[in-house]
Order: sequence, then C-alpha cells, then structure tokens
Amino acid sequence: MRIVVTVKLVPDLNAEKRIDPTTKRLVRTGMETVLNPYDEYALEAALQLKAKQGDDTTVTLLSMASESLKETLRKALAMGADDAVVLSDDALAGSDVAMTSAALAQALKKIGFDLVICGGLADDGSTGGVPGAIAEHLGLPGLTNARHLEIVGGTIKAQRETDSGYQAVTCPLPALVSVTMAVGEPRYASLKGIMGAKKKTIATLSGSDIGFENRAPKTELLSFAPPPARTKARIVEASDGATGARAIFDFLRERKLV
Amino acid sequence: MDFDLTPEQRAIQQLAREFAEGEVRPKAEEMDREERFPYDLTAKMAELGFFGLPFPEEYGGVGGDTTSYALAVMEIARADASTAITLAAAVSLGAMPFYLFGTKAQKERYLVPLAQGKQLWGFGLTEPEAGSDAANCKTRARLESGSWVINGTKAFITNSGTDITGGTTITAATGTRSDGKIEISNIIVPQETPGFARSRKYRKMGWRASDTRELSFADAKVPEDHLLGVRGEGFTQFLTILDGGRISVAALSVGLALGAYDEALKYAKERRAFGKSISSFQAIQFKLVDMIVQIDHAKLMMLKAAWEKDQGRDFAYNASLAKLYAGEISHRVVNDAVQIHGGYGFIDEYPVSRMYRDQKINEIGEGTNEVQRMIIARMIGI
Repeated sequence: MRIVVTVKLVPDLNAEKRIDPTTKRLVRTGMETVLNPYDEYALEAALQLKAKQGDDTTVTLLSMASESLKETLRKALAMGADDAVVLSDDALAGSDVAMTSAALAQALKKIGFDLVICGGLADDGSTGGVPGAIAEHLGLPGLTNARHLEIVGGTIKAQRETDSGYQAVTCPLPALVSVTMAVGEPRYASLKGIMGAKKKTIATLSGSDIGFENRAPKTELLSFAPPPARTKARIVEASDGATGARAIFDFLRERKLV
Repeated sequence: MDFDLTPEQRAIQQLAREFAEGEVRPKAEEMDREERFPYDLTAKMAELGFFGLPFPEEYGGVGGDTTSYALAVMEIARADASTAITLAAAVSLGAMPFYLFGTKAQKERYLVPLAQGKQLWGFGLTEPEAGSDAANCKTRARLESGSWVINGTKAFITNSGTDITGGTTITAATGTRSDGKIEISNIIVPQETPGFARSRKYRKMGWRASDTRELSFADAKVPEDHLLGVRGEGFTQFLTILDGGRISVAALSVGLALGAYDEALKYAKERRAFGKSISSFQAIQFKLVDMIVQIDHAKLMMLKAAWEKDQGRDFAYNASLAKLYAGEISHRVVNDAVQIHGGYGFIDEYPVSRMYRDQKINEIGEGTNEVQRMIIARMIGI
C-alpha cells in the first residue's frame, strides 16, 4: 500500500515575515524553511498506519516547492517517510488553492497512491482549502478533520471532529483524508533515521512531467495589511484577589462570555 | 576552511535541541530537587539512538561522528547538566573503552547493549586517594586459579549504581613492570560480581539527578577473560579514554554556559528597573556580550577538537585546551547570569541557581583546571 503525505514547506514559524509590495508574495530570502507543522501531524498519522500495516506499506512525501528548498524534506524522511517527490516549476510560483490542488492532483495521478493524507492547514497561507479540492479533482472520497484513522481491509475508518462531537465514517480506498492535531504528537526523528535519510530519494517532477502547463491562478490578491495594533489593555487594580476576580467576572458577563 | 556542519550534523543538533526543550527542560528542576535519576529520559534517549551516536551500526550504534555527539551533549546540557552527564559518561566512559580496546567478543557482549542504551556502565579510575595521580592506584587484582581477585575502592563513579547499570570497568594494579613501576590493567566487573558493592548515591552540590557512587571490592572475583584488551595497558588505555572524554566535558561546559546565557538574556529583557528593561543598561549589556563572546570562543575550540578526532588526527592538545577553557568560562558565565538575576538568581525556582551549582564540577571532573594546565604545559614543552 502506498500512502502519500502532502507537505508544504513554510517559512520558520518564529521568523518575522515580510510581504514584497510589488509581487505581493512572502519574502523568503534569508528565511529558514521548515515543514508545515500541521503536515507533521499528517506524517505522524501515516507512520502510525504504516507501523500497523507492515513493511509493504510505504510513505511518500509530495511537496510543491522550489527545488532549492527540497533538503528541508530530509527531516520528514528522518522521521520515517520512505521517499519524497518535489513538484517544482517556476510556473507554479504564486499558485492559489485552485491551481495548487489541481497541480498536486496531477502529481498524485503520476506517482500513484492508495491513500493521501494532508495536514488540515498551512501555517503561512491558512486557507485550509487544498485537501478538499485535491479530493474533488481526483474524484476521491475526502474525509477532512480526522482525529483517528484505521485501515480495515480495503477501507479506511476515520473519526471526524466536528463542533458538536465526533463522527465515525468509513469509505473505500483510494481516498484522501486530512487530519487534526489530535492524531498524536509528531515523533522525533531518530538518530538512525537521520543517518538513513541521506540515502533516501527525493525525486523532482516539473509541470510538463505531470502534464500541467499554461495554467494561471484564478484568484487575485488585491491588497494586504498587517493586523491592527492591539488596543490598550484595560488594567484593573484590585485590593485583593476576590475583588480582582469579581472585576474579571463582571467584565466577561457584560459581554455574555460566561 | 569550512565552518558549515554537514546536513546530518545539523539535523542531529536540531533533534537534540528539540528533545532537550521538549522533554528535558520541563523536568530539570524537579529532578534536581528530588535527586531523581532520569530513567524516563534515559529510555527516551536510548530509543532515539543517543547512546549509540558515535558507534558503528554493527555494534548497535548509529554511525555518527564525534562532532554530532559533542553537539548533542551541548544541547542537552543547555537544558540540564545531570541528563547530559548521564549521556556523556555513558558514551565516553562507559561504552567507549569497549569500543576502543575490547575484543570482538567483548564488543558484542558489552558494547551492543550500551550503544542501544539498554544498559549503563561505569568507568572506575579515581580512588579516594588517587585522582589525577592515577599511577598511585591502590586497587589491586591478582590472578588466582583462572580468576582476577580484586581488592580496593573507587570514588566518584558516574552511572555505577543505577537499576540499569551492567557493571564498571576499573583500573587495577595487576603486578609490577620490568622497570619497577606498577602494572595497570583494566578489568571488567559486572554488577552481580560477589564481593563488589556500591555505596549509596553521594549527596552532591550539583549534577544531583545523576548517579555517582563509591565502589568497593573485597575479594571480588571475575573470570580471567574479563581483562579489557591487553594486560598492562591500563594506563595508556585510560589516558586515551580521558583525551576523548575531554571533548564531551567541554561540550557539557559550553552547553551549560549557553543555558545560563539564554536565561540571563531572557530575564534581562523582561525585568524592569528605574522605568526600563534592565537590558537597556550598559552594565547588563556588557555582561551579556562578554558571556556570548566567551561561549562562542569555547564552542569553536570544542568543535575544532571534535573535528580533528573525526578526521583521525591527533586531537589531544585541542581537547585539553577546550576542556580547560570551556570549564573556566562556564564558571564566569553562570556567575554573571546569577548576578543579572539579582536576588532571584539565589532562589531555586530560577534555573540559573541550579546551573550555578551544576557548573563547579566542570572545573574539577576529568582533570582539574590545575591538572589540565600541567598537561598543556607538558604539551607546549615546558
């Protein structure tokens, strides 16, 4: 069985981010790139399934990224993924959800899969739209927001998180799932994993390799603005704990928050 | 000249940092307070492969190099010195003698479980009355009908009495050489050997979570084949072991100093006095700058020695320099870190208080500053 985990490479979470006013894209120069933290949960879910399924199950990473960033994927290989494919093409820079999902769907067709696992969100773009769109492009059942996965025969069973509780759902493979952080903390890369990762393959595909050419994003970014500065906090001075607690409680009750 | 780490060295350092931050740091204060050996962290480090870092895969290791090992020790020491010394002593003193001098059978029997972190092992050199004067070894082993019969005492032996300790390799006088000096050999003494006993854990100023004990041997008997390597080579064997050990002790010192610097920098930014953050005062700025300059200097010396060892070159000189310098700067750095914290630095809830206690041994263990100077003096021909 082949599980493919989609991985986005995003700028270091703690770095101060800047957007180039002309291209309206994030400035990536001089910025460390890391695995999208939500995708580490997707990989964790895949590795848990692989451990249960046995050795004939492989986990392949698929990332749409500039080729110069592909070494960032070594960390995911050190965690236990078997190999990686980077979809890299200048024409893909600045893709929106529609274009990204269409390109990834084409790449998935090319490399083949039984199960696709995605993180729920990317730390930089935060659209959360790509997993569902890939499923749509490939005509796959798409189980989003899964907190637990189990493969039984040719089907996958998932627990989906909703606002009001959990849904137990099942569908035949091939399928696509996106996971939440409840699947389990991503494991550490082991030292053996790190030493072994250098021997694993990171293949590269271009737009023409997957028959994906002459496409343009469908959405246009009009403008961007930094979040508004925080308004000054109200400071309540209280003579003792009980008075302070009362003031906080009243404040919350006024706003119907308690 | 190339100062870049390899991708594997970077990844190993990164893993050690994530592990130290995520697993070690949250427990450091409590382990110190309760003088509790880090069994849980030891098991996790074993699972990730830290105990086998510099050993080849055929002996249960992961085939990493000295540089990666030193960086890992440094990152863990940054969070907690007790956990770092447990690892460093296990690798450099417990397992390394088997790797360097053991027969193939000894490597398979002893090194494999140590490299896998399933067992710990002590290295018994120091005695109550013989530290750096190791040739004054009072522990004796005599060969008697196919067994070594050992009598004597060893002091300050790390990892010698944990629940997962398999034994200790000791230096013992095994006879007299043709030149009249005592013949020293290394003997493998498994934990269950009759006549071999461990004291309770010492109560220590620092490194309180680590396991350090006194060992006593009263007609302790082990089979003749428990000699490590060749009879009479104990002296050169432990000198070689201590040379390599100095790189990891330097890494411990650099890591501890970095940890103290991290805390001092954070505190200086948060703490306000006279209406501003104390980090805006030159008196504090200069302290912090002097701290990081010294740390970077020591770190470069430590990495240079590690690099030389990885290249298969003679690294003894730079390892000694790095051990001495890193030990001394860690003293100055933790002292300034406490000073920046003011009264809070004297309170145990602040990590710098623990670091201050943990630091002192860096200037004593594996050769005091003074002995280190004697060694270097000899190396520069005086």
